[in-house]
Amino acid sequence: MYRSHVLVCGGTGCTSSGSERIVEALERELQENKLTEEIKVIKTGCFGLCALGPIMIIYPEGAFYSMVKPEDIPEIVSEHLLKGRIVTRLLYQETVQEDTIKSLNHTQFYAKQKRVALKNCGVIDPENINEYIGLDGYMALGKALTEMTPDQVIQTIKDSGLRGRGGGGFPTGVKWSFAAAQPAGQKYVCCNADEGDPGAFMDRSVLEGDPHVVLEAMAIAGYAIGANQGFIYVRAEYPIAVKRLEIAIGQARENGLLGKNILGTGFDFDIELRLGAGAFVCGEETALMTSIEGHRGEPRPRPPFPAVKGLFDRPTVLNNVETCANIPQIILKGADWFASMGTEKSKGTKVFALGGKIHNTGLVEVPMGTTLREIVEEIGGGIPNGKKFKAAQTGGPSGGCIPASLIDIPVDYDNLISIGSMMGSGGLIVMDEDTCMVDIAKFFLEFTVDESCGKCTPCRIGTKRLLEMLDKITKGKGTMEDLDKMEELCYHIKANSLCGLGQSAPNPVLSTLKYFRDEYVAHIVDKKCPAGVCKALLSYVIDREKCKGCTLCARACPADAISGTVKQPHVIDPAKCLKCGACMEKCKFGAIYKK
Amino acid sequence: MKSLAELQALRDSMKGKIGVRDDAEGNTRVVIGMATCGIAAGARPVLAAFTEEVAKRNLQNVTIAQTGCIGICQYEPVVEVYEPGKEKVTYVKMTPEMAVKVVNDHLVNGNVVAEYTIGAKTK
Repeated sequence: MYRSHVLVCGGTGCTSSGSERIVEALERELQENKLTEEIKVIKTGCFGLCALGPIMIIYPEGAFYSMVKPEDIPEIVSEHLLKGRIVTRLLYQETVQEDTIKSLNHTQFYAKQKRVALKNCGVIDPENINEYIGLDGYMALGKALTEMTPDQVIQTIKDSGLRGRGGGGFPTGVKWSFAAAQPAGQKYVCCNADEGDPGAFMDRSVLEGDPHVVLEAMAIAGYAIGANQGFIYVRAEYPIAVKRLEIAIGQARENGLLGKNILGTGFDFDIELRLGAGAFVCGEETALMTSIEGHRGEPRPRPPFPAVKGLFDRPTVLNNVETCANIPQIILKGADWFASMGTEKSKGTKVFALGGKIHNTGLVEVPMGTTLREIVEEIGGGIPNGKKFKAAQTGGPSGGCIPASLIDIPVDYDNLISIGSMMGSGGLIVMDEDTCMVDIAKFFLEFTVDESCGKCTPCRIGTKRLLEMLDKITKGKGTMEDLDKMEELCYHIKANSLCGLGQSAPNPVLSTLKYFRDEYVAHIVDKKCPAGVCKALLSYVIDREKCKGCTLCARACPADAISGTVKQPHVIDPAKCLKCGACMEKCKFGAIYKK
Repeated sequence: MKSLAELQALRDSMKGKIGVRDDAEGNTRVVIGMATCGIAAGARPVLAAFTEEVAKRNLQNVTIAQTGCIGICQYEPVVEVYEPGKEKVTYVKMTPEMAVKVVNDHLVNGNVVAEYTIGAKTK
């Protein structure tokens, strides 16, 4: 037995901030101090507080070290692990108290969270199946196979109220029952791990931190609908997730938890990986299945729905990673337990990837119905530099912007739809007053124009035309008629596109038009960008009073647009100015401003 | 794995091994003085004996931790047992054999080993 466990985050966030080197240093120091028999080092998945990585927790004390550097390791080993003295200087500031350390669960970031889908992330070693089993892993599969009929499994999922976490929010149990109702024969279970929304990374975290939960959920789904083959479609851009999934599948097969005759019950189920090449449209279910079949990833019209005619024209259930992460616990703890969390029509919890202008960038999991204010101000720690909250963008390129006036809205599927946004996969980008809403709409449109597969005209050409109009407006060449035309085109694209990509692509434009119309008008009528973002509409000016004539700006200017002699006020030539902002960064007197 | 019973057995054996990561505040804490004085007096084998015995008996809700010098160096190795809601018990001049007895009598059966405590030694 090890008296102490050192958990180091091995998720993508912390890996890129150097957690591999921390693990190496730790193992070296432990060896030197002859502590390898007493202390275990575990590389886990994501803890969620990515902004403070690399992160390390030492149990039994539960000491939470943040932003750890390899140089800190000798001190942590000799002080904390050898002598039992916690290195307060390196602790996450909020956990430091006078006489003791505050448990991580009581910090503002974690206190309001409710971890269901992320239960094991940052707790277990994802490359060791035994740790997953130690926390009741595969017990739900065991329970389903030995104590429940497939119908009971489906009924439990239906009663729990679980809805698809990938974006659409379709009730999972109902989806399963459609596939189960099809005549027996070859059926498939697919897991959609093609997380493509810019800013969303919860699926990656689950795959990296708790890969077995996905395998277990897929096997349960297979039992429920009568399928014996599963496919996980995962992006090739997630190398750590792919590696851990491969390890997990290998271990599950070795332990007889995948393959023939699972747990002696006669149920067969196996899973294969398929790597996606990074096309956003392949996150759409019909395109995803077409891609698994080996064709170009393009959507096809529905119906027939995948539950009737899916992969290789066979009945198929397709669930998102986060959806899967909820399923084993629903089977073990019951539908009522799950349904007790959340709102009337959205049960359970939701993971959000917090990003943008916010202190605690990272992953948070909260009960459905938590208000946006709680997520942004309390868990997220508010907006840095004393700036004001302007809007939050949910659902990535398919979602919309929620203005500050609606910050107290309880976040669930239906509320977000009613205000013109959507849950999407759960990306949540926070924007402050320095963000131009027209520019944001343009940013997301650029993404959809790039990612439109081109199969249907409204999406291929409609989004392109929409982007051109937005571009015109940000350059100060738009007219008020353009706004009406844009709105009309938006509805046209939504109504006529073949798949979810096109149907939701206009959302960023529509929601900003709805809540921030005045900004569009400012661009068109006043030829001004109120947030000072759109380059064509602003000019850099030197304040004659404040300028000391130090010449720093003139030397920084790459375009030779600044003239003036030493100790005399300088002037910017707007004709030559590239609006790069280099002069403003260099000026020590705050004499340069944007107009 | 051929059956659910096998899976359950593996789970139960693993539970003890990762229980240390439970942030439960209701745990009994066994704290061993591991400053220079403690280590010199032989605290390390005592610590090893505690971890082994707790693992052998698969005790849940017991965490073993270490601490620095509490100032009674002449009584090292010092081991303190904190049970929630009870007064702490301080054992002094511990050996691995005594550690085994403390686990069996105190942690398992709830009987403090009075003759090992600081009260008995200072009389």
